[in-house]
Amino acid sequence: MNFSEFNWKAMPDAAGHFGAYGGRFIAETLMEPIYQLEQAYHSLKNDPAFQAEFDRDLKHYVGRPSPLYLAERLTRELGGAKIFLKREDLNHTGAHKINNTIGQALLAKHMGKTRIIAETGAGQHGVASATIAARLGLECVVYMGAEDVQRQAPNVFRMKLLGATVVPVHSGSKTLKDALNEAMRDWVTNVDDTFYIIGTVAGPHPYPAMVRDFQAVIGREARQQILEQDGRLPDALVACVGGGSNAIGLFHPFLADESVAIYGVEAAGSGIATGKHAAPLTAGKSGVLHGNRTYLMEDDNGQIIETHSISAGLDYPGVGPEHAWLKDIGRAHYVAVTDAQAMEGFHTLTRKEGIIPALESSHAMAYVLELAPKMSKEQSIIMCLSGRGDKDINTIARLEGISL
Amino acid sequence: MSRIAACFQTLQAQGKKALIPYITAGDPHPSITVPLMHSMVEAGANIIELGVPFSDPMADGPTIQLAHERALVHNTSLTSILAMVQAFRQTNQTTPVVLMGYLNPIEIMGYEAFAQAAQVAGVDGVLTVDLPPEEGKQVLPLFKAHGLDPIFLVAPTTPAHRMQAIAEAASGFIYYVSLKGVTGANTLDTAQVAERLKQMREYTQLALGVGFGIKDAATAAAVGQVADAVVVGSALIKQVEATPDDHPRIIKNISGLLASMRTALDA
Repeated sequence: MNFSEFNWKAMPDAAGHFGAYGGRFIAETLMEPIYQLEQAYHSLKNDPAFQAEFDRDLKHYVGRPSPLYLAERLTRELGGAKIFLKREDLNHTGAHKINNTIGQALLAKHMGKTRIIAETGAGQHGVASATIAARLGLECVVYMGAEDVQRQAPNVFRMKLLGATVVPVHSGSKTLKDALNEAMRDWVTNVDDTFYIIGTVAGPHPYPAMVRDFQAVIGREARQQILEQDGRLPDALVACVGGGSNAIGLFHPFLADESVAIYGVEAAGSGIATGKHAAPLTAGKSGVLHGNRTYLMEDDNGQIIETHSISAGLDYPGVGPEHAWLKDIGRAHYVAVTDAQAMEGFHTLTRKEGIIPALESSHAMAYVLELAPKMSKEQSIIMCLSGRGDKDINTIARLEGISL
Repeated sequence: MSRIAACFQTLQAQGKKALIPYITAGDPHPSITVPLMHSMVEAGANIIELGVPFSDPMADGPTIQLAHERALVHNTSLTSILAMVQAFRQTNQTTPVVLMGYLNPIEIMGYEAFAQAAQVAGVDGVLTVDLPPEEGKQVLPLFKAHGLDPIFLVAPTTPAHRMQAIAEAASGFIYYVSLKGVTGANTLDTAQVAERLKQMREYTQLALGVGFGIKDAATAAAVGQVADAVVVGSALIKQVEATPDDHPRIIKNISGLLASMRTALDA
């Protein structure tokens, strides 16, 4: 496959397939609403007025463009490639999630929906959804695994302050996948007035393509910024991958740039060999869950197995179908780092650059710590710093035996 | 003629409606499933829907979610369920069995391997909740080649053109979901259901079943007025939930509820 000549924008195909992945594997009740959503999205996507509204919100409400920051001290200490951080942590609400929620909430408004629902893991997508719902005056219900409600308490309180109802989900593993199941059940019941804002590049078509399009602002800005600052394209991109929305947002505008190596970093939890991880691309296999075919963590009977990660946002047994496809065609490489490595990434960035990263983004950082020293000083890496770490300080303190 | 088609033909000739109970295979324990299937037939069931438990049953309400969880505790799998069907077939060659579940267990077993094994075991139909006809281009021909009727759902949100496409892909019967929501939900509007079934009749000669919201003899009888088949699930599972450790009582209570529905349907 010739990566530089391939028409990347032609993916997915009309039925939402990225090769063998993606598609629309949902109950009949949701099929027509999904077609309506697709139709609404396609007509608004190319509508200059809608795009202008979206761009205006990104600029004045989110604070875009987010900076591309050369981490000079870290670069010097690692002694290899220049490390550029795409500062999604500086967005309003503190993560990349807001880019997508603004897009989908505007779509919901145009479709005349009065109620939005969302699933959340780390709580960043829940906060971003609650935020935009507050601003647009929409009712908002956020489903969150009961275990995540415990470990992300500050974000739960933020959502409540913003006027959202947070529903703890006690079924299954009580984490992100179960929150998604419950949000789907709400949607199938309240489909007439409700818009489901999926937070990542997964779910039935058109969600993976739509969320990617809303997040691709990350990569478009980064590409332009690095050409301005460094005069050349980067040699590598690094982003953490749970569902994979910040990663696809950074990667997509660079797919045709064949010289740019692309690395997605999954959560290896206690280590791939222990089986306690959340790395379907690294150690899973193909299957169907949550409306799409993709790589999954599953057993030999096709049951989804519990995932383990220090990071609630990466604690998910599936991954966006476009990542599955990018892995198979060899355009992107997927690696995994452990909880312990992520902690090292967290502390390194905090102490060397004065930036406290989210535990999700700390996984990307951990891989940069490995990759940068192997590259030359003329080369560069863009890492997506997808979110800030304030929400994680309780977790970090607990893990290190510190009481706050 | 498939066992499902033959079943509806016989019932039609007798002027009767089909009673289709749903239970989750392996709930609360794999040992109860085959005896329960036989008892349900004795109580008046015409077709058995056997739920294949899945870790993430997105279209099911809390009652059936818990049934899946109970079944999975005992490692109930597609393979062990096919063995249950085979055991059931030792003494019952006439009552059709439909497997109802989600695509992933079938996908992981392999489409061809599953279709073949299901046929050998004596399965008659497969209802895959998260497999719309659009995504079935690979697997549906394999089902048909192995004598398995693909059963599809039609929902309150399904427009006419989709009804037609579903009618073309389906065989055995078509299952109308009486309301927007998950299994086990409460309200059912018989007049509205009748209207939708009339609309579906324009596209298909297949038997039309109705499920979701049927919980007792009265609702069964009301739906029996307008449909060819009545599907009951969560109301039965609640009998399992009530006394999970008392298998004889589960069998007695489920059979009792079904018998009352049978009587009401035949009245």
